[in-house]
Amino acid sequence: MTEVFPAQEDRRIALVDLLDRVLAGGVVISGEVVLSIADVDLVVISLRTLVSSIGSLMSEDEILGGEG
Amino acid sequence: MNVEGIWVYAVIHGVRAQSRVCGLRGVADEPVHVVACDELAAVVGVVNLDEFGQDALRRNLEDLDWVAQKARAHDAVISAVAQSGAVIPVRMATVYLDEGGVQKLLESRRQDFGATLTRLSGRAEVGVKVYADPTRLATPDAGQDDDGSRTGTSYLMRRRRELTSREEAYREAALEADRIHGTLMRYAVDGKRKPPPDRSLSGRDELTVLNGTYLVDSDAVGFFRETVVALGLSTGRLSLETTGPWPPYSFAGEPVAE
Repeated sequence: MTEVFPAQEDRRIALVDLLDRVLAGGVVISGEVVLSIADVDLVVISLRTLVSSIGSLMSEDEILGGEG
Repeated sequence: MNVEGIWVYAVIHGVRAQSRVCGLRGVADEPVHVVACDELAAVVGVVNLDEFGQDALRRNLEDLDWVAQKARAHDAVISAVAQSGAVIPVRMATVYLDEGGVQKLLESRRQDFGATLTRLSGRAEVGVKVYADPTRLATPDAGQDDDGSRTGTSYLMRRRRELTSREEAYREAALEADRIHGTLMRYAVDGKRKPPPDRSLSGRDELTVLNGTYLVDSDAVGFFRETVVALGLSTGRLSLETTGPWPPYSFAGEPVAE
């Protein structure tokens, strides 16, 4: 399985900066919303996702033996 | 069963609100419109709860491609609206079940939103990151006393000197970052330091010694960026980078400057 990830370094940086703002910034509204953002640490979720994406890219290339 | 929800992008002044969002498309490629209440308006779009309902959102927020795509769409709407006047960005993934809920929100936080719009009016956010390159920071004198001895003791001593000089270099870089932040705060209306992003995310080997973001008068953004360039030229060891101008995401809540 080939995972597609933005090829250019600056695009990856832009995504990090963007998520840092739209997920961690902005006015927080709670009550009557479908999903209370305050309940979910979105940044952690997204960044963890990012890390794991990069991690799995690396592991595909660099994994030694094992399940491949 | 209700299958549609209301995705909220931003809160703006009610004046000319509909014309400010005319032609924009949102996270579900839906036409963006406004929900008005007195002198305020919320910039919203109708989305399908199959994709944007509570369970779906929790699931989708774990999907990087989905998050990236929706984050760009969310930002595109807010950035477009910010072109024509003050805007309070709303955190991504805020979804109401109906427009009545959005109206109640505008009503209940009317004063708060009004004050925030006044504070953010004519201002934009500029991000500044300062990187320290470990290879430029550390000045190991390891090779200089290389008398050919390859004993364990001389290796350990050399290694300790290297580590000490690197620690000192990082400490100095951190102090320099503090000074840079202090200088930028003088040119900004407000500002804050955010935690540095994970190094595997930044895509750079350098250490992020400052991840700052600043609220700047829109007509002073150029000058602010020039200041960053000048600060970069005055430091040999650190590299500075600006992002934005952004809509004032990081300043949408309470004022942060102490």
